[in-house]
Amino acid sequence: MTGFLFARLLRAIVTLWAVLTLVFVLIHATGNPIAVLAPEQMDAAQRAALAAALGLNKPLLVQYGVFMGGVLHGNLGVSYYSNTPAMPLLLSRVPVTLELVGLAIGTAVAIGMPFGVFAALHPDSLADRALRGLSVLGASVPTFFVGIVLIFVFSVLTNVLPASGGGNIVHFIMPAITLAFFRIAFFTRLVRSSLLDSLSQQYVRTARAKGLSEAMVVLKHALRPAALPLVTVFGLQFGQLFAGTVITETIFALPGMNRMALEALFRLDYPIILSYVLVAAGMFVFINLVTDVLYGVIDPRVGHAR
Amino acid sequence: MLLSINDLSVRFATAAGTADAVASLSFAIEEGETLAIVGESGSGKSVSALAIMGLVPNPPGRVTSGQIVFRRRNGSTEDLLRASSARLRDIRGNEIAMVFQEPLAALSPVFTIGEQIAESLRLHQRKSHADAMRMAVRMLGSLGISEPEMRARSYPHQISGGMAQRVMIAMAMACRPRLLIADEPTTALDVTIQAEILSLIRQMKEETGMAVLFITHNLGVVAQIADRVAVMYAGRLVEEGPTKQIFSSPRMPYTSGLLASVPRLVTDDSPLVLSAIPGEPPSPLAHPRGCAFHPRCRYAVKGLCDTTPPPLRDLGNGQAARCLRIDEIVGGAT
Repeated sequence: MTGFLFARLLRAIVTLWAVLTLVFVLIHATGNPIAVLAPEQMDAAQRAALAAALGLNKPLLVQYGVFMGGVLHGNLGVSYYSNTPAMPLLLSRVPVTLELVGLAIGTAVAIGMPFGVFAALHPDSLADRALRGLSVLGASVPTFFVGIVLIFVFSVLTNVLPASGGGNIVHFIMPAITLAFFRIAFFTRLVRSSLLDSLSQQYVRTARAKGLSEAMVVLKHALRPAALPLVTVFGLQFGQLFAGTVITETIFALPGMNRMALEALFRLDYPIILSYVLVAAGMFVFINLVTDVLYGVIDPRVGHAR
Repeated sequence: MLLSINDLSVRFATAAGTADAVASLSFAIEEGETLAIVGESGSGKSVSALAIMGLVPNPPGRVTSGQIVFRRRNGSTEDLLRASSARLRDIRGNEIAMVFQEPLAALSPVFTIGEQIAESLRLHQRKSHADAMRMAVRMLGSLGISEPEMRARSYPHQISGGMAQRVMIAMAMACRPRLLIADEPTTALDVTIQAEILSLIRQMKEETGMAVLFITHNLGVVAQIADRVAVMYAGRLVEEGPTKQIFSSPRMPYTSGLLASVPRLVTDDSPLVLSAIPGEPPSPLAHPRGCAFHPRCRYAVKGLCDTTPPPLRDLGNGQAARCLRIDEIVGGAT
């Protein structure tokens, strides 16, 4: 187990380094922040002074060295606009995004799992077909549309939920539902197909032949092997959502990490963008690691514990 | 009488139509007896076994008629097709246990071998987890598995197919069933392992006095293990009787054909003749009219065998066969 974790940690570090390098090269290839940052009336000398102050006049390779040295010390520079260290500034926005994503995934699992199990246990029943129809709807409606409809119904028409702002759990209800909407449908179908597959396995017949009750057969013998693909997808969805809530944070004006990154992108605020990439990639790598460990716990055949 | 099956029919609804997997099948098993059901794949032998366990997959399968009467340990009788699901669960794995064809697929990949054996004991005998595990280890040891404590902690992917079948037998034997159903338990195994598994089943039978319903297509296995044989063809019982009698004087041409197709060790001066039954077993979607075997039978007569379904005729010596020309082809069926 420790050997496995060590190897994975090493891979995680290499992955993060590669991601940071790639993004560093890409953003320096796509624009000059001085052009965006400097007021129009600034003359060439003043612009050069500004570039020098930000370290943007040095050769790219030197800038890269300075940046990587900073990363090693946990220092990704100072935001060009707010003049405060970029990383802490971004991290202050992470809890909002984490809470949003956690609520969305939690809602989707809490609804999608039982729906999927029910559909798998009653395949081709009326309820199963209705759920399948609904899940096509859920998968086809875009996020922004769900968000706008929710605001219209619950804020504009009935005024029971706030349309924007953060800080209170009430502010997260609509954004979380917006993000969960598609995933409820997705998880329902995934759980259904995974459990149906597992239920047709011979070891499930063995469990029935032992005289176990149907509930035990499903919960103990069918669901656990079926959980393997689910863990993968839950993990991937969490990682994707963590860096993918831009539209929802914008629609509901939530002060999350993704909205800050979007604003930084428009203003070419390199330190913020790079901090964002490091946090998002780090989260993805961390989730993959957790998924891999969970695999070994669920299925002994994966067995890196030995 | 331990188990008696009466007029059992099982139907499968498929996209291509309904298939009569088992058609008014009747047979019985005495206490302590080993009955072998023989037939080609698709003859309905496995489906019959699943019907006894109440495990016919539904949909697409459905038991459409019949009774399966089982005498329980306490002396009461139960029609398994009409028993409540709670009562059926009480019998399954406890009084009737089953061993399957592919042991590695039939064992759960995510639980240890010991846990899977112990599960039956905890369920039916209300043993504590620790007691059940101890019994499982003892069970493994008595089945000739070395280092049973260590094996009990293994997972199925860590053992061989032969050992997995021993584990399946241990699982089935855990509650000392009165009837063991073995559905082609040796088919997926190496020949040397086959012999070990057979002798293991015989040993278990001698120790506990249970009856065995042995399903196979291998007549060599039948000769070694069965007291009586039932031959199935196209979902019907076509011949039944004591093993010796069936082997020495089969009365249904299909049985004769099966016996003739067994490869034999021959002496130097007689050549090895391996005969095969011509044609293929009929599709369960469209059984031939009359005698289902007539298209492949060398004794078939036009206007008789292809129109009249033959009844199962009791021959009075414990043997019964289903053939319209039974009196004409006595003894000469090979």
